[in-house]
Amino acid sequence: MPFDLLKSDATSIAQAVRDGSVSAETVVSETIKRMAATEPKVGAFLQQDAEGALAQARAIDAARKQGKPVGRLAGVPIAIKDNIHVEGRPTTCASRILDGFIAPYDATVTTRLRAEGAVIVGKTNLDEFAMGSSCENSALKQTRNPWDVTRVPGGSSGGSAAAVAARSALVSLGTDTGGSIRLPGSFCGVVGMKPSYGRVSRYGAIAFASSLDQIGPLSVSVRDSALTLSIMAGRDDHDATSSKRAAPDYVAELAKANIKGLRVGYVPAYFDQCPDKEVAKTCKLGLERLRNLGATLVEVNLPNADHGIEVYYVVASAEASSNLSRFDGVRYGMRADKGNAIANYFATRGAGFGTEVKRRIMLGTYALSAGAYDEYYGRASKVRTLIVNDFVRAFGGCDLIVGPTVPFTAFKAGEKSDPLSMYLCDIYTIPASLAGLCALSLPAGFSKAGLPIGLHLQAPPYAETTLFAAAQALERDLGLDRLAPIA
Amino acid sequence: MATATTIKYEPVIGLEVHVQLKTKTKAFCSCKVEFGAPANSHTCPVCLGLPGALPVLNKEVVTLAIKVGLALNCQIAHRIKFDRKNYFYPDLPKGYQITQYDGPICFDGILELPIHDASGAPRNCRVTRAHLEEDAGKSIHLEGSTLIDLNRAGTALVEIVSAPDLRSAEEAHAYLTTLKRNLSYLDVSELSMEKGSLRCDANISIKPEGAIKLGTRVEVKNMNSFKSVASAIRFEIERQTKVVSAGGTLHQETRLWDEDQLCTRAMRSKEEANDYRYFPEPDLSWFNIDRKWVEQIQSSLPELPEKRLLRFLDDYKLERGEAEFLVSERELAEFFEHAVKLYQKPRKVAAWVAGEFSHAMQERAIGVKGLKITPAALIGLMDLLDAGKLNNVTAKEVFAAMLDSGEDALAVARRLNKLIEQDSGAVDKAIIEVMLEFADKAVADYKAGKDVALGFLVGQVVRKLKGKANPKEIAPLLTKAIRG
Ligand SMILES: [Zn+2]
Repeated sequence: MPFDLLKSDATSIAQAVRDGSVSAETVVSETIKRMAATEPKVGAFLQQDAEGALAQARAIDAARKQGKPVGRLAGVPIAIKDNIHVEGRPTTCASRILDGFIAPYDATVTTRLRAEGAVIVGKTNLDEFAMGSSCENSALKQTRNPWDVTRVPGGSSGGSAAAVAARSALVSLGTDTGGSIRLPGSFCGVVGMKPSYGRVSRYGAIAFASSLDQIGPLSVSVRDSALTLSIMAGRDDHDATSSKRAAPDYVAELAKANIKGLRVGYVPAYFDQCPDKEVAKTCKLGLERLRNLGATLVEVNLPNADHGIEVYYVVASAEASSNLSRFDGVRYGMRADKGNAIANYFATRGAGFGTEVKRRIMLGTYALSAGAYDEYYGRASKVRTLIVNDFVRAFGGCDLIVGPTVPFTAFKAGEKSDPLSMYLCDIYTIPASLAGLCALSLPAGFSKAGLPIGLHLQAPPYAETTLFAAAQALERDLGLDRLAPIA
Repeated sequence: MATATTIKYEPVIGLEVHVQLKTKTKAFCSCKVEFGAPANSHTCPVCLGLPGALPVLNKEVVTLAIKVGLALNCQIAHRIKFDRKNYFYPDLPKGYQITQYDGPICFDGILELPIHDASGAPRNCRVTRAHLEEDAGKSIHLEGSTLIDLNRAGTALVEIVSAPDLRSAEEAHAYLTTLKRNLSYLDVSELSMEKGSLRCDANISIKPEGAIKLGTRVEVKNMNSFKSVASAIRFEIERQTKVVSAGGTLHQETRLWDEDQLCTRAMRSKEEANDYRYFPEPDLSWFNIDRKWVEQIQSSLPELPEKRLLRFLDDYKLERGEAEFLVSERELAEFFEHAVKLYQKPRKVAAWVAGEFSHAMQERAIGVKGLKITPAALIGLMDLLDAGKLNNVTAKEVFAAMLDSGEDALAVARRLNKLIEQDSGAVDKAIIEVMLEFADKAVADYKAGKDVALGFLVGQVVRKLKGKANPKEIAPLLTKAIRG
């Protein structure tokens, strides 16, 4: 049977490459062809590495012929968000301030994926420093949604979501701080998964907000998400916040999964007050399908989660204002030369950062300043604890909380011009980030206009197994055709 | 109401001491800590502040900080977190310093100073806190450019903050000496102000004597020795007193000590107008400090100087000054105790160690380790002295030679030909010669009842014997010879 990239997922490709029914080189050259066809319209990638990818593919094929193990992701074309290091390649964060910066080391996730045979085909676009919900804050490129190229792919991992939707990569890595994997996953009709805080090492991912950032996979299928996470998860001595808790083999767990008796919680207001009725309806159907599959539905209440957006923009911006201090033009990246250190500093940052990044640095700097700390950062941290407690209480009565990922479907490029309306895109995804939960956006259906709608599944910290089990059961039940038309 | 000129002012001084910890690797990465290595040779993504790199706490840093805390009689926190102190400087690669803002690892300590108040009670200075932080790199300013060496960036420091309990430059000096003494017992730092492994800033204010409210505080930096800390404090007290006495007002500011001009100067104001925006370091989690671990560290510590001082006074009945000197350095105290084990006259040993020994160290500007003498060698010398083979003068000569050569006392005494031989023929001959030579003068005087003349004659005999005689043995022989 000839190889068809568009009908494959990572799991099937890796299986085929391992058993020799298709070569890694074939997979990768098909991917490069696909990339050439889709990129002019989609623009998911900031960098492509056809040569490097082909060389790696050939090495995998050679190793296989010698009977050597080739890994659980052998030959799978993977795209990496351009805020995660791949040694020897630029890491831009879609910002001018990193002009000329070449990553001197691999991120831990890069090392782990490569070791399992994943083939890195390129690095994808994002909102500058992962700050944004539409991918329009990239200083380097505009990425479009493969389902409707007049629309945004969502953000900040817009390039990674668009690449998988367009099948110019079969798996991609994103980073999620307040919804940056799940939101573009929802807009682009792919599975976007944010692991529990501490599940995946952040070493080598350029920090936006350290207490919230997690690297996670975007993929064609739930099983690909489980497979990729299995490889990435687990303690890394380079990241003190990575958990020492052993990471299960999520793929093996998935094979044993059974959602009969699973208690699925939902917040009624997330459906009733959702501004887009199509989104509400599709997500409600998803919930009912879960019940039909044997789950029981439980109404839950998350009173403090409504303050998530305010808390998030204070906490995340405060951390960002500090994390981004290192971009000073002294050691790497862009430098505006004005003759002395202080003047260089102001000029470099003034020219190097985009508007949204500056806005958040200012916001965060203010929130931490002597006169404002208690009222902003201090208070936000307290409310964050209340939100955590809300979830602890809610998960006392259920195993999973389900709702819409985003209150609407992908919007038109340039449609949302004021920052506040953009911030509201993350209203449903932020609370899980603040509480360190694991969460996943599963394609659950389409609007009449043919735009994907994502269902948001959230589980307690380190309950990824539950998340995958429910997501896969529903995925099979829905049986959606999820290939984007690219028009 | 008193006029300005009649008000007496009292200084209030607090000190901040930075101690660089002698860990094998830096505080949050595995780069080697080494003084004097080629610039930027001990760096990695973490201490270079490269994007994507994350700090990981080196446990050895915590161990050493706990030792410091215990040596300063501090409480040790049950768990610690870190905070970020945000400011821009080219040699601060991340744009923030990882430190401990509101939860120091050590707190509520106290140091007893070797000075006494009017009632004779020792003066104490409280240690408010000692916290962990990372150091910045070094900026080397050249004409037209600045070079940056990040070898030091990320090395571990303990900042020790005293309460404002000190009242004079002398007390400040005594506090620093005591602090350094206590830390020197731990082997946790080079403790060298020259090399920057020990740094001290002073907070100085004055207030009318007896007043409770503290005056405007001035921070003074840039002192490079304990002596310059004391000088800077003296200068600042005088300056502040002059300003206030003349009806002026003081500003809360940071001033730099100028070692050449011996004065403090105001720093440019923009360098101090910092809002550091401290907040909890999200890249590091809480670190628990188990009590068992603290006990383990406590029991691994050597006997600390305060306790050792009391024991020396009790067990060996030493003079307080001698005992204080002996415990001032761990090696010195240990040398003394080794020697006492070999020779049961502690006060005699103490006199030698506090006398000749300390003299030699000062002269050569080296510590105990630098001297090539072992406790056994010192006792060998004292045995020769006791046996009458050396006298007090030749013993000192032999001692000086032993310090340089590292040989034992007998070998040196032989080499220098200082050993008193029991050659009665030579002694008798010398006595007869001296008696003949001074028959008209000293001998006659002695016979006439002037006892002091005997000492002179004994000295002449010892001289004739080139020092190889014990005056105590010569005196009766000489008396016998004169009296016939
Ligand atoms: Zn390092």
